[in-house]
Amino acid sequence: MIAFWLLALVLIASAVFTITARKPVYSVVGLLGNFVALAIMYLTLQAEFLAVIQIVVYSGAILILFVFVIALLSSGVKPFDVGPDRLPKVLVPAAIIGAIGLVTVVFSAVRVPSPAQPSVAAGTAGGLGLTGQADVFGSVANFGQQLFTVYLLPFEVTALLLMVAVVGVVLLAGDEEPARRRGKTRAQDREPIVKRQEPLIR
Amino acid sequence: MNPMNPSFFDVPIENYIALSAVIFFLGAVGVIVRRNPLIMLMSIELMFNAANLALITFAKAWVNAAGHIFAFLVITVAAAEAAIGLAIVVIVFRRSANVDVDEIATLHG
Repeated sequence: MIAFWLLALVLIASAVFTITARKPVYSVVGLLGNFVALAIMYLTLQAEFLAVIQIVVYSGAILILFVFVIALLSSGVKPFDVGPDRLPKVLVPAAIIGAIGLVTVVFSAVRVPSPAQPSVAAGTAGGLGLTGQADVFGSVANFGQQLFTVYLLPFEVTALLLMVAVVGVVLLAGDEEPARRRGKTRAQDREPIVKRQEPLIR
Repeated sequence: MNPMNPSFFDVPIENYIALSAVIFFLGAVGVIVRRNPLIMLMSIELMFNAANLALITFAKAWVNAAGHIFAFLVITVAAAEAAIGLAIVVIVFRRSANVDVDEIATLHG
């Protein structure tokens, strides 16, 4: 119950931050917090596979795509300021903290015995289902069995959709080289690119 | 186990649905209010996530994996949508330095 209210607070706060942030980069950070909190909420709803997919696909792929596009669009506007070299100053503290972390990880990995495999009854009783049991609701095995038997047609349609998306993106933002090889540049039937005076991203 | 039994949920189902509605509303407000296409796309992602939360909540309430499958498909569609949308944003930005979607009329055809 406490976990729900905490997660709900994080979700709403990050959503508000996402839509109110002045720069898209800040929105991406807010969206990242939103996605991670949502993944944890999926875990509380016994959707283990979707929690992992949420992290991998949303936080991993889609947000990186957003970051890349923002970086691409704001490139060439201002020279990138590297800043002073701070490495000598932080070298000793960083080495100490890193060594402490390494020792902690190694120590705990050596000392704590790996937990025994939970029984099937423990998986069904409450909390998270067992990932390998096909008859446990929310387990990865259950999800996979359903996806590849009952819901096979939607799955195949999704594959087609993804292929159409890939072809569409390549056609939209792809190289101009094929057109040039046909003896005509696509730039000819384009308006000239406006010289940017101010940052594109606001 | 009766799925509709309120004690089945540690948290009542209404809370999850209300949270989903709030997030969806915030995403819709983002699309309506903001004029930066990137932030509008991110608000659309927020709405996708709110829909997924509702789907997964109902899947748990009825102990049925169909909600999970559908949420998975929604994530796939969201990925395709983000890729296509960002490609369009890139190509529009390449042609002009406009960041206001109200002033972009290139796609009118």
